[in-house]
Amino acid sequence: MKIQIKKGLDLPIAGGVASSDVRSVPAATVAVVPDDFPGFQPKVEVAQGDTVRLGDALMHDKRFPGVKLVSPVAGKVVAVERGERRRLLKVVVEAAGDDFKKFDLTRATPQECIDLLAESGMLALIRRRPYDVVPSPEVRPRDIFVTAIYSAPLEIETGRRIVADDKSLLELAAGFLARITTGKVYISHRASWTLGPVKGAVMVRVDGPHPAGNAGVQAANIAPVNKGETVWTLDVETLRRIGHLLRHGKVDSHATVAVCGPAVENPYVAKTVVGAPVEALMKGIKTIDSKHHRIVSGNVLVGTVVPADGGYLRYPYRMLTVLDEGDDVDEFMGWASMSPAKMSVSRTFPGHFLKKLFRPDARLLGGRRAMIMSGEYDAMMPMDVMPEYLLKAIIARDIENMERLGIYEVAPEDFALAEYADTSKIPLQHIVREGLDYLRNELE
Amino acid sequence: MKSLKNFFDKARPSFEPGGKLSALGSVFDGFETFLFTPRTTSGPSSVHVHDAIDSKRTMIIVVLALMPCFFFGMYNTGYQHWLALGATQFPFWQLMLYGFLAVIPRVVVSYFVGLGIEFAFAQWRKEEIQEGFLVTGILIPMICPIETPLWMLAVATAFAVVFAKEVFGGTGYNIVNVALVARAFLFFAYPAQMSGDKVFVASGTALGYGTALPDGFTCATPLGQIATTTSTDSLVTVTGVDGQALTAWDAFVGLIPGSFGETSVLCILIGALILLLSGMASWRIMLGVFLGGLGMGLITNLTATPTYPASFMPAWEQLLYGGFAFAAVFMATDPVTAARTNTGKWIYGILIGVIAVLIRVYNNGYPEGAMLAVLLMNVMSSLIDWCVVQANIRRRMRRLIVKTNANE
Repeated sequence: MKIQIKKGLDLPIAGGVASSDVRSVPAATVAVVPDDFPGFQPKVEVAQGDTVRLGDALMHDKRFPGVKLVSPVAGKVVAVERGERRRLLKVVVEAAGDDFKKFDLTRATPQECIDLLAESGMLALIRRRPYDVVPSPEVRPRDIFVTAIYSAPLEIETGRRIVADDKSLLELAAGFLARITTGKVYISHRASWTLGPVKGAVMVRVDGPHPAGNAGVQAANIAPVNKGETVWTLDVETLRRIGHLLRHGKVDSHATVAVCGPAVENPYVAKTVVGAPVEALMKGIKTIDSKHHRIVSGNVLVGTVVPADGGYLRYPYRMLTVLDEGDDVDEFMGWASMSPAKMSVSRTFPGHFLKKLFRPDARLLGGRRAMIMSGEYDAMMPMDVMPEYLLKAIIARDIENMERLGIYEVAPEDFALAEYADTSKIPLQHIVREGLDYLRNELE
Repeated sequence: MKSLKNFFDKARPSFEPGGKLSALGSVFDGFETFLFTPRTTSGPSSVHVHDAIDSKRTMIIVVLALMPCFFFGMYNTGYQHWLALGATQFPFWQLMLYGFLAVIPRVVVSYFVGLGIEFAFAQWRKEEIQEGFLVTGILIPMICPIETPLWMLAVATAFAVVFAKEVFGGTGYNIVNVALVARAFLFFAYPAQMSGDKVFVASGTALGYGTALPDGFTCATPLGQIATTTSTDSLVTVTGVDGQALTAWDAFVGLIPGSFGETSVLCILIGALILLLSGMASWRIMLGVFLGGLGMGLITNLTATPTYPASFMPAWEQLLYGGFAFAAVFMATDPVTAARTNTGKWIYGILIGVIAVLIRVYNNGYPEGAMLAVLLMNVMSSLIDWCVVQANIRRRMRRLIVKTNANE
């Protein structure tokens, strides 16, 4: 199967990992942050001082106690941090030893298969549409969409995450997921995919710019999510982790992390574990200048700001992007600028015509306005939804129109490029997230 | 720049809530963000980089695109005045100076009244000042006859800004084009003064410069002449200020009587080029308006009758006279009031062209229909979009029904 997308954009940002500089970064402590798992209401299972093995549950979901978040390392729980109104912020585990939990792999029915994923923390790494939340273990998905394309800005290519040796694990996992779904398992990949077809899955080649690697784009072009249906989405690394679990009965918490960004002089790839501390990953990183910096766990389109000191790598545990914060810059009449250093989709900037990489900072570069220009979002979304109208329905909390305009097909990340390009600087992803949460509260 | 920034930094506290000048907080903020790109950065879990384009730049590009028309308007104002005086020589700089002096009070009044109201509303709502009026403020004097009394201009601007824009929520929320509401207000509130043959050529001195024309001077616009003609079976020959016949070429270049900025199709096309190359306006709408006007012009011309003298006009000439081209390029394409879906933009544009010519030809009371056509379609644009969006919704519904049936 082949999908050609035309809408979208590959942001020309400098600071990607070009070298083969791969370093192993040991993590003295790791953190699991329940906020990374939308829809998951955490109930902590451990206390400070407890000893845990790799794969032992740290917390479970209040609604579905079978769904766990597990410890990525063996060691001792050193902190259970809570915020306002005792909201659980994170559980920090100090690594010691390599004790691991051995999972019982004999599973017959689809439900037992889902339960294994839930118990081993794998289910939490998967998302479901509608709502882009951790899947409920009670519903078998109609289809499962796996993306083996990392098309977001500065992501390293799939070949640096998945190697030929992983193929048997992928096939094991694909076969397992095929038992869970009532439909098919799809894997999207680029033309440069070298592993060949994965048994048990339908291979889908996607050509075109970002968001080619978004699961939503894949689903929209193969079998859009209708009202009442559920699909699962995951990336190929998660698929490999499931394969590893099925082969060895043990959780694989290794993470390949690109530490990069427009402010970084020496980007590299770190081999570390899920939830590693930012400080360890940033060790040895030289920044280009001494301005304020922002460290994002994730890419510049979808990611969370993490503090340099005391921050931890966040889901999906793939990259740290460092860029200038920009709050220490005074730019005189920036709106009139003809500087070729400005990155834009607008033809009014000379930079638009230059084949060069840019070093943007985190400023909005303008004031927040009402939706004025038309068609801007549309040009960034290769899906059969009308983004402006869907967003307006969400803002108006108009459930009927949200459904009719396809809210079940989208996740916040599908709006990320539109948010980037927006003249009016509206926080689209935030609006969509709130809309999805609102709808889920009302309907589930 | 450093000293200017320091000045702003020093002045800021008195404009913040609780400060002595806090009542002018929005104005201060407006000037500061105009001079210095705001330092506001992205949220902690949103997109972390933003495109360099913002609404200030967008609006300024539109103002730039209007400049060829504006400068030509200055020249033409002087030219028509000189022509009416019976001059045979047309000294360029004197013409420009006269035109400049004639229009500048109008620009000042429009911006002063409009921005004053915007600032007041922004302050009242505790919002940032928005830049929508940058475009509206220059458009209003450009689409009005040069002899419009200043007080009328002030009243019309105030009416349009308050009732067409602020009551709906400000920039981005208005349903109809604000500048056109100002024009329509003048047209309907002061019909005696605002149409006919007295207002389209500057007759007095411009701030004391130039020579006043004798009292009782009249000259109608070409469309006005056509609409009021009593001749029967063919197109009346339109004449200029000096009584000489006007050609289509004159209309294309723009050396004819008319509203200040609307006469030169050549300059409008330069503006259109700027808007399209910069991606600020929709080519679908622009092309749609011209195609619609041309199509309707063909129909009216094929069925020409003496009852409607304008129907003798060849279709392509319909596009050259009056405010048609200006409306197609600068009015219809306003993204806030236009249709927002791609299919909708075609329908919206074509209908504007059709209705503009329809009103112009078949309603002898209104020699020009472009303004009313755009206003009407502004109101209808949401309906057009609604129909287009329904197609997307139906597609989704059908998918669901097919699916449900297959499962049963």
